[in-house]
Amino acid sequence: MSTTPTTVSTVEPVSRLPVDEAFKRHLRSRHLRGAVWKRFFFLANVVALLALVALFLNVVDRAFGLVATEYTVPPESIIEEYGFQVDSAALQALESNETAEIDTSSTILLENLTSEQLVTILQGELGGRFRVIIRDNLSAIIDATFTSVPLSEAFPGLSLPEGREDVTINDLTPEEQAQLVIDNLPHSRLVDITIEQVLQPRIVGSWSLGESIFNREAVIEQATVNHPNAEVTFRNWVSLDFITSSISSTPTTAGLRTALFGTLWVVLIAIAVALPLGVGAALYLEEYATGNNWLERLIQTNIRNLAGVPSIIYGLLGLFVFVRALGFFTSGQFIGINDVNGRTVISASFTLALLILPVIIINAQEAIRAVPPSIREASYGMGATKWQTIWRQVLPVAFPGILTGVILSMSRAIGETAPLVVIGASTFIGIDPNGPFSKFTVIPIQIYQWTGRPEAEFARLAAAAILVLLTLLISLNATAIFLRQYYRRKLQL
Amino acid sequence: MTQTLTAHAIELRNVNIYYGSKLAVQDVNLTIPRQRITAFIGPSGCGKSTVLRSINRMNDLIPGASIEGKVLFGGKDLYEGNVDPVEVRRRIGMVFQKPNPFPKSIYDNVAYGPRLLGNRNKRTLDEIVEESLKQAYLWDEVKNDLKKSGLALSGGQQQRLCIARTIAIAPEVILMDEPASALDPIATQAIEELMKELVKRYTIVIVTHNMQQAQRVSDFTAFYSIRKREEIEGKEQRWGVLVEYAPTDRLFSNPAHEETERYIRGEFG
Repeated sequence: MSTTPTTVSTVEPVSRLPVDEAFKRHLRSRHLRGAVWKRFFFLANVVALLALVALFLNVVDRAFGLVATEYTVPPESIIEEYGFQVDSAALQALESNETAEIDTSSTILLENLTSEQLVTILQGELGGRFRVIIRDNLSAIIDATFTSVPLSEAFPGLSLPEGREDVTINDLTPEEQAQLVIDNLPHSRLVDITIEQVLQPRIVGSWSLGESIFNREAVIEQATVNHPNAEVTFRNWVSLDFITSSISSTPTTAGLRTALFGTLWVVLIAIAVALPLGVGAALYLEEYATGNNWLERLIQTNIRNLAGVPSIIYGLLGLFVFVRALGFFTSGQFIGINDVNGRTVISASFTLALLILPVIIINAQEAIRAVPPSIREASYGMGATKWQTIWRQVLPVAFPGILTGVILSMSRAIGETAPLVVIGASTFIGIDPNGPFSKFTVIPIQIYQWTGRPEAEFARLAAAAILVLLTLLISLNATAIFLRQYYRRKLQL
Repeated sequence: MTQTLTAHAIELRNVNIYYGSKLAVQDVNLTIPRQRITAFIGPSGCGKSTVLRSINRMNDLIPGASIEGKVLFGGKDLYEGNVDPVEVRRRIGMVFQKPNPFPKSIYDNVAYGPRLLGNRNKRTLDEIVEESLKQAYLWDEVKNDLKKSGLALSGGQQQRLCIARTIAIAPEVILMDEPASALDPIATQAIEELMKELVKRYTIVIVTHNMQQAQRVSDFTAFYSIRKREEIEGKEQRWGVLVEYAPTDRLFSNPAHEETERYIRGEFG
C-alpha cells in the first residue's frame, strides 16, 4: 500500500508483459508461425498450378501423336489399275523420303495425275455415287430434289455443258458429267476427294504424344508388326479440317463444325438474354427496392441460393417450360418453321440464360453497390432524375464490374452439358444450326459422345475438341476482359 | 415557383428535421438574403449540414429522413406536394465537401447539367462550358485539355470544376457544404476568392467548420449548437438548434448569446 508511483510504473508492466529474453523468444515464434502460413499459402498455389498443368498436358498428350493409316485401296495399285504413268521424279522424291508421311505419299502420287485422270478414277470406282460428289461439292441444292431440277438451277453461276442448261443431272452423259466436274472443281480438291472416296484411308492405330516422342521406335515397330500395310505418320488431331468438317462416323473425317456453331449460337443468345435481364434485376434491387417488403427480401436472399442450384434442375425446368409448354414458340412453328418439337437452340439458350442469371445479377449488384455515393449525390445535386443518374453515372461506372459477371457466366455456359442433355440436344447431327430455331449440339456434348465411343481415335478427337473448347472460352473471355480494361481506363478509376 | 421580388431568397419557418423517429434539428427559423454569402457554423453534429441539405431537398435521398415546417423559396414552399425535387435541385445547386467530379472529361463534367436539361447543341454546350469554367477561374488552366478526365485535376481544381459544373445550369442559389475542408490553404484561398466573385450573381449558403473562413467570406452567419437530453435508459438524445443568426460582423464582435461567445472563443466544438 505504501509503494511510490515510480515502483508502480516500472514493476507493473514487467510482471504483465514479456520483456527482453521472453519477448525475443516469443517474437521468434510469432515470426515462425507467419513463415509457416506463408509457405502453406504458396504451396496452395503450387498445387493449383500443378493441377492445371497436368490437366493441360493430359489433353495435349491425346490431341497429338503418331497414327498408323491403312488405305483400303493403295494409291499405287489404283494408278496401276488404270494404267496411268507416274512421273519418275515424283517416285524418286517418294523413295528418298524414308518415313514418308502417308498424306504426302498419296498426295504426291495423285497430284501427278491430271484432273481428267482423277475424274476417270472417280467415275470408275464410284459409279452412280459420282453424282453425290457433284452434289456435295458443286450444287446449291443439297437434298434429294437435286436430281430433278434443271442444271441452271442446281449450279447457278457455274460453267455448264453447251446447250444443256435445262436438263437434269441424270440426263447428262458420263462424259458431260466428267466435264462439269473438271471445269468447276480445282485440281487439289479432286485429289482430296479421290483420297477420301477411293483410297479410303483408315486409321488402324493411334498413339499419344508422350509415346510418340519418347518411345517412337517401339511405336513404329509395333505398328509394322500389327499393320504391315500401314504407314505411320504424325497427326495433329486439332487440324483446320477438324474444326471445319461436320460430324462423321469415321474418326479421320469427323469434325467439330456443327458443335462449334451450336455452342456459339447457344451461348451468345443466352448472354444476350441474361445480360439485360440480370442488369435490370440488379438495378431494381439496388436502386429502386427499399428492402422493406417481404417480397424484395425473399428475392434478395434467394438469388444466391439460385446460383447454387444444380444445373440439371435448370435442365428439367427448361424441358418442361421451353421445350414442352412453349414448344409452339421454341420450335419456330409460330413463324412457320415446320419443326416438330422445341429441342432447339432457343430453348437451350433460355435454359442457360436462367442458369447464369443469378451470377450476372450478383456481380452486377456488387458493381452497382461499389459506385461511389458521391457520384450519385453529385448527379442528383445537378438536378438529374433518378433514371438519368442511373443511366449516365451508375451504369457506366458499374459496367466493368458487370462484365466480370459476364465473363464468369460465359465460362459456365460454355461448359454446361447436363441441362442441354436434358432438354434434348442432338448427339449426332450433321446440319449446322442456322438460327434460334435449329436443332443443335454443343461442344461439351460432342466431347461426351466421343469419349463414350469404343474406338481409341474418338478419344483423340475428344481431346482435340477440348482444346478447341478451351481456346473458344479463352478468346470469348479475352474479349470481355479487353472491354473491361478499356472501360476502366476510360473511367480512370 | 415564380420568383417574387423579396429581398431574401430562402426562408425557413419552424423547420424540424428527423432521421427516422430521431429528431436531428429543431425549430429553425432563418431568412437567407439574396446575393449574399450566408455561413452556417457550429460544432460537429449540430445539424448545420442537415439544414443546408434540406434547402435543395438532398435529404430526400436519405431513407427515413423527413421534415416539418416550411422551406420557402421565392415565397413557395419547396416541400409542397406538387413540387418536384428535381426542379428544386436544378434551381438550387450544390457543391460538396469532397470534390466529386464525374469520371468523365472536364468538358463532359461541365456539360452534364445542360445535357440533363436536354441541350444537345454542340455550339451552345461549348459556350456554356467555356463561360462556366471562366466564372470558376478554371478556364485558363484547363482550356487546352478539356478532354482530360476531371479526376486527373488537383483537389482544388476539382472543386472549382464542381463549382463550374454547378454554375453551368445557372442556379439561383449555390449551397456549399464545407467546400474547402479537403483542400490545402492555397486552394482554399482560391475558392474563397471565387465565392466573393460568384456572390455578385448568385445567392450562396456555405457550411464551414472554419470560423475564420466564415468571418472572411460571409455577410451573415448562423450559429448552430447541440441540445442534449438524458433518456430513461441512460441513452442520450442529441439534436441541433439554431442559436443565433446575425450579420457576420456583429455575430463575431458582439454575440447576443453566451453560447455563441464561448464557441467563437474556441471553448468547445
